[in-house]
Formats: sequence, structure tokens, C-alpha cells
Amino acid sequence: MASNYTDRKLQGTYLFDGQMAKKGYGLNKMCYSFNDQTARDEFNADPEAYCEKFKLTEAQKEAIRNRDVIGLLREGGSIYYLAKFTGLLKLNMQDIGGLQTGMSTDEFKAMLEKNGRGEV
Amino acid sequence: MANIIGAITTSHIPAIANAMANGLEQTPYWKPFFDAYPPVRDWLNEKKPDVIILFYNDHGLEFFIDKKPTFAMGVADEYHNSDEGWGIPTIPPVTGESELSWHIANSIVDEGFDMTICQEMRVDHGLTVPLNLMWPGHQYGHVKVIPVCINCEQYPMPQPWRTFELGKAIGRAVASYEKDINVVVFGTGGMSHQLDGERAGFINRAFDIDCLDKLVSDPEALTKYTNLDLVEQGGAQAVELNMHIAMRGTLLGKVTELHRNYHAPISNTGSGLMLLEHEMPK
Repeated sequence: MASNYTDRKLQGTYLFDGQMAKKGYGLNKMCYSFNDQTARDEFNADPEAYCEKFKLTEAQKEAIRNRDVIGLLREGGSIYYLAKFTGLLKLNMQDIGGLQTGMSTDEFKAMLEKNGRGEV
Repeated sequence: MANIIGAITTSHIPAIANAMANGLEQTPYWKPFFDAYPPVRDWLNEKKPDVIILFYNDHGLEFFIDKKPTFAMGVADEYHNSDEGWGIPTIPPVTGESELSWHIANSIVDEGFDMTICQEMRVDHGLTVPLNLMWPGHQYGHVKVIPVCINCEQYPMPQPWRTFELGKAIGRAVASYEKDINVVVFGTGGMSHQLDGERAGFINRAFDIDCLDKLVSDPEALTKYTNLDLVEQGGAQAVELNMHIAMRGTLLGKVTELHRNYHAPISNTGSGLMLLEHEMPK
């Protein structure tokens, strides 16, 4: 959605607005279900069937299979719900940061340290 | 008359809950963060507030996008935490304050804030982490909490000027409550951070520090920002500054800064801890 805000310095940002909320509804609903252990177990037992249950699109299923966080964002995922999916994969926010920015987790953490010191 | 005696800004990220559950407070990574909290805890233990009004956002525990309130508040006598899906420990129930909650709801809806009013509301890390930070070991059961939840997840979101006005309306509601109780207001979350997209990892230390300054002495300046301004300057999740701005809105009288610590990064965020003392307007 960043393309709708070209007057802004937001490149690499996916604002979760109405269009995305509609596009990603099933995907986010599936991820929201992961608050429950039974849902996590059901997903782990058969991920494809679980995605089908929430009527994910092919593009969304592909991104789930590939743990493609950027792909999931583009397909309407909200980071707050996606975090429940990546949590299920035992990935933390720095792991996800690395996946999205093409860095290793350690490289991403080093960038956070640098940004935290104000060396931007 | 009910009296707002002070306010606190604090981070609420889940990584803090994990650090506390695993006893990591004095490890090199966490020490600069946790070492800032004892003066604030001491102040709370000395002042013994009866009620905490706590601004937070729900990250997908109680609310899903099937129905997403712009502003919601609890009016219950008790709130429960629950499994959030990625493994932070579930913590004991939080005590509520039904009577003042309903008083506030009646007052602010009459003023034009169309709250979603909740008698049952599972509270997530946005609310539980700050309570456990202030009263470690889950020793927060004696204090009554009024949760006020602001949408920070799905656009359209309330703008900073609006959340500031919400805070002011809540401040007036508290001032009109006849019982002699002491209230402290928590503004949680933030500060600069971005979790999603190729821009993930963005932190703006200078912006955060400027926001802390303005929260003390010039909060109206923060209300000039739009949410997109906050995203541009502070990253996608810097919209959580709306909770700090709402907190500041409740402080209608004289404000004095007693304590401050800024530390970054904690997980992916800039963390601003601030303790403000407040004297009610005459």
C-alpha cells in the first residue's frame, strides 16, 4: 500500500488499510485462530488443509509455504496477526526483521543497535 | 473529588514479559532498560494510587478485524489475560473498577466519544506488561485498572489530535467523580519502531526524545502530527504514540517531570519511560 502514499518517505511500508483488510481477511482470520493451541496443533498436523479451511488464495498459500513475510504483507496480512503465524514457527521479531530485509538475524540486530544509537 | 496524581509512559512489548519470566533483567542487553524502573516503582509504592487508567492497544487477542473498535474501554470488575499464540506466559487476572469506569463512559460518550463499552475484555501484553513492570511478580492485584484501548492496527485510526481530546475528556470525567481517590494514568507502547516491510528495524532516536520533551511541556505540538507523519518519522508502529498523547490529554493541570529514561533498541523499539507528577487544576 505504500504506493498510495508516494508523497511520503515510507518505502518498504505496508499500511494496513481497508483494501488490505478486505484482501487479507481469510489469511488474518487464520492467523488470529493461532491464539488457541488446538488451532496451532491442527495447522501443524496439516498446513494445507488448515489454509483451505480459511479459504486462503493461492498466492497466500504460497507465501505461507515459503514463510515469505513480505509476500504475506502484500497479500493483505497484518503484522499483528502474521506474528502469531511466525510465532508458531518459533521466529521472533528479529528473525522476521531479517527475513524481510534480506539480512541474517544477527545483521538485523546489529542494525537495530546502530539505529538505537541514532547513527542513522 | 478524584485526583489524577501523575502519569507514566512505558513500553509494553512482549519481549519484556519473556525477559521477566526468564530472569534476564540484569543481563547486559536488558540491564539499561530495567534499571530505569525502580524509581517509578518506588513512587507508585509511596503514592499508592487506587486506580490506574491504562491506554493500550490490542494486538489481536480480544479484537479481530471482524469488528474493530476505534476506541474501547473496560467497565468490568476483573480482566483476564489469555494465550496470544507465541508463547509469553499467561498472567493472573487484573482487578477492575466498575463504578468509575461507568462514570467515565457516561461522561465521555455525552461529550461525543462513542466508546465501545466492554464488560468482558481479554487484555493482552499491551496492558499486562506495564502492570508487571510496575509491580513485578504479578503483584498488581491490589490496584484497580481501567483499560482504554485505542485502534493502532487498522486504518483508519484516530488521529493524535483526537486521542489527545479523548484524554482530556477522560481527565474531566475523573475530575467530576465525587469519591476521594487517587488515579495514575499510563500511556503505553511505542516509541519509534517498525515491525513490517523492507523498512523493518527503523528507529528514530532523535524523534523519540523530542516526543518525550513535548509530552512534558508542549503536548499540543504532538497533536499537529497526523498518523502518517508518525509513520514517516517513527516507523509504522510509532502510531502507538497515540497512547502517550491520550495519557497527556488527561493531565489538565500542572505537570512536573520526575523521572525519565530513553533506551534503544529494546527488541525492535525505542523505549521511553517517564514519570510525570500532576496537580489537578483549581
